[in-house]
Amino acid sequence: MLYARLIIMRLLKAVIVLFLIVIFNFFLIHMAPGDPAVVMAGEAGATDAEFLNQLREQFGLDQPLYVQLWNYVSGIATLDFGYSYRQQTPVFDLIMDRLPATLLLTGTAFVMSLGLGILAGSMAAARAKKLSGSLIMALALVFYATPLFWVALMAVMLFSVQLEWLPAYGYYTVGTDLTGFALVLDIGQHLILPATTLALFSMAVYTRMTRTSMLEASQQDYVKTARAKGLAPGVIQRRHILRNALLPIITLAGLQAGQMVGGAILTETVFAWPGIGRLMFEALMQRDYNLLLGIFFFSAALVIAFNIITDLVYGLVDPRIKESS
Amino acid sequence: MNKGNHVTSTTDTPLLSLQDLTIALPKGADRAYAVENLSYDVLRGEILCVVGESGSGKSMAANAIMGLLPEGVRPVGGKAMFAGQDLLSITEKQHRKLRGLRIGMIFQEPMTALNPLMRVGAQINEVFEAHSQLNRAERGAKALELLKEVGLPDPEKAIRAYPFQLSGGQRQRVMIAMALALEPELLIADEPTTALDVTTQAQILDLIIDLQKRHGMAVMFITHDFGVVAEIATRVCVMRHGQIIELGQAKEVLANPQHEYTRSLIEAIPSNIVPEARGAETDTLLLDVKGLNKVFRSNGGLFKPAREVRALDDVSFSLAKGETIGIVGESGSGKSTLGRCIVRLETPDSGTMSLSGTDFMQLNGESLRRQRKRVQMIFQDPYASLNPRTRVGMAIAQGPIANGVPKQKALVQADDLLELVGLANTANRFPHEFSGGQRQRIGIARALALEPELIVADEAVSALDVSIQAQILKLLEDLKQKLSLSLLFITHDLRVAAQICDHIIVMQHGCIVEQGPARDVFLAPQQAYTRQLLEAIPGRPEATEAASRQRGYK
Repeated sequence: MLYARLIIMRLLKAVIVLFLIVIFNFFLIHMAPGDPAVVMAGEAGATDAEFLNQLREQFGLDQPLYVQLWNYVSGIATLDFGYSYRQQTPVFDLIMDRLPATLLLTGTAFVMSLGLGILAGSMAAARAKKLSGSLIMALALVFYATPLFWVALMAVMLFSVQLEWLPAYGYYTVGTDLTGFALVLDIGQHLILPATTLALFSMAVYTRMTRTSMLEASQQDYVKTARAKGLAPGVIQRRHILRNALLPIITLAGLQAGQMVGGAILTETVFAWPGIGRLMFEALMQRDYNLLLGIFFFSAALVIAFNIITDLVYGLVDPRIKESS
Repeated sequence: MNKGNHVTSTTDTPLLSLQDLTIALPKGADRAYAVENLSYDVLRGEILCVVGESGSGKSMAANAIMGLLPEGVRPVGGKAMFAGQDLLSITEKQHRKLRGLRIGMIFQEPMTALNPLMRVGAQINEVFEAHSQLNRAERGAKALELLKEVGLPDPEKAIRAYPFQLSGGQRQRVMIAMALALEPELLIADEPTTALDVTTQAQILDLIIDLQKRHGMAVMFITHDFGVVAEIATRVCVMRHGQIIELGQAKEVLANPQHEYTRSLIEAIPSNIVPEARGAETDTLLLDVKGLNKVFRSNGGLFKPAREVRALDDVSFSLAKGETIGIVGESGSGKSTLGRCIVRLETPDSGTMSLSGTDFMQLNGESLRRQRKRVQMIFQDPYASLNPRTRVGMAIAQGPIANGVPKQKALVQADDLLELVGLANTANRFPHEFSGGQRQRIGIARALALEPELIVADEAVSALDVSIQAQILKLLEDLKQKLSLSLLFITHDLRVAAQICDHIIVMQHGCIVEQGPARDVFLAPQQAYTRQLLEAIPGRPEATEAASRQRGYK
């Protein structure tokens, strides 16, 4: 019951934070020099003042700043994120169009890096004194140090160009009318390379952290108690050492999960993945204010959502937190 | 060959027999062997106490028996015969089958010995699981039965509790329940009561004696406290520097110790110490505390619903210049809160405290900062209270420097202070290069650096061995004479209080229960609670005699 009240409090706080972020973003973008009317007029080859004023009037850019802000904030309250001047489409539609692809890519990479990272880290911890443990750590160091785009290019070279196992770019095969399971399979094939590329770095981070955290946990008194019970080493590793070692990893994973939207610009570019990252990059180059603000809003909302989820997971894993909150 | 004649064999052959056990320490340790040519037996149905100070190797043998030696430490010679097999030469897998099933073990630190993320019931069930015994339902029922047997209040609730919801004594009971789950023939108890306060210690000792009798198991009880030996031991083995000093029937060793070292340990038994009659050296009032109150709000745990805790309830006392007052009580009595309020680390809700006329409670901000040096504190854990990356000379000088003394002068003073506490020419070392006792000397030097009028020592010797404790207490006594210090000595250990205090204040639930000259409080306690505290001290002659009569020595 106390816990439910805590969640409600956290949600209320989240709404306030989100509101402040919206206002902050709005002013931040308006501080940048130049406005979209100038850019658009420039691209159209027209420079006369009347055309500019007409454009400004059309998009409400001639209004005082506080009116623009009010229009924007009240719009967001009804899920109206405005209109992209450049793409002639409502911002909300543009984002919704791209969001699934990004969430699929980053979500897959997130689950993959977390799962494999923890697995590799616990193996390295259990074999800390052996060659196999050192090998895992060496591999993790390589992934940690290699630039992402290089890994991506090499993966394409090897698996798409040389071996022709996997498609090199795109979200699905264009020009086919796949449905159902065949479509899922097709998207899955397209997903493997970008998701793996994106996952490698975080996986290396999780591996190193899991290992350190587990070696520390294995020195604790309760591990000695578990051994004194006559438990098998595997059970002690999983139930006593790993469970306690996971606590700091949850914190890190929560932070990383929040960056899922917009965190994959590089990968999306290399693999021509039609996601939010590329949308944001284009919007930035074209000074598409409303679209940029919309993406910022979604990124912020996701970070806040994952912060709350992390806290909830913490409460589930560690009984002490639920009690003291 | 024993099968036909089981009864006699149980009395004749020892259950466990250590023969010339030698355990090597890793290179670079302060000696080559943790224990050397160690031989003793544990007989069926007896309680053998292995006594020694830290570093004597008393726990190492136990860990070798359990196959739980720390990394880098290994047995290099001798045998540990248990039930016909040598525990030192069996495989890890065979060893695992013995642990928990035939040999149980409990540890010193109940606060950290349980997995914080698992319910108590699940942790007990693991013992059955490890040895594939009982089915699911039976395990739950047996766990409940065990919790009842070790005397936890409300076992139905406790079985679903997480360790952090239980007190230290309750956690130690859970540990005992776990160790006893499969009725082992041998129970190894490694300082199981050292971290508990007197009354809880007495309860746990009673529980162990009771369970030992009921289950007829052998107990190997490791301790540094001869008071505990007097209370429970059938036989006793005294160890020092990895070797046996003395081994024999507890009663004989206690009555007629053969070795000098054993004698010194027996003299340190709490109840053998009677405070001398002494009064304050002056009658100048230094500290006058009136009506101190402090309330903490807690969210509650399993056995305590959310509530307010009155840590201090209308506490008043006064301290004369040059006097030492001991504040004693169990954990949770509010004695530490009182100390922290007096050094203003904690702000009381109401009350006044005057220090030679200044109202110390009214000071705030800058004026408090300037006056703080008048009251200094010595902390319990000498290692945790020193910055590991600051050289000790600098650590001592930092206080005076913060108060405007030039750095060079402060560092020279720090050298002098280190010499005063018996650590000359050590200013350039780091805290980890000192032993526990030496670190506490540094803590004392640090407190003295600001030339305080009053020193508050919060459990300042509780983490130290008996012989080191004696040295630190003597140092404090000397310094007190030399510098005419006033001391507020907070401790749960009545023996320590008896040694050093002129005046005793007994606290319970935030209130002062009794106060008076130390000798009066010890010899003629007026309040029931004080008597109860004194009776709980292990090793009181009358209690020991009663206990040994009960156990029926031959």
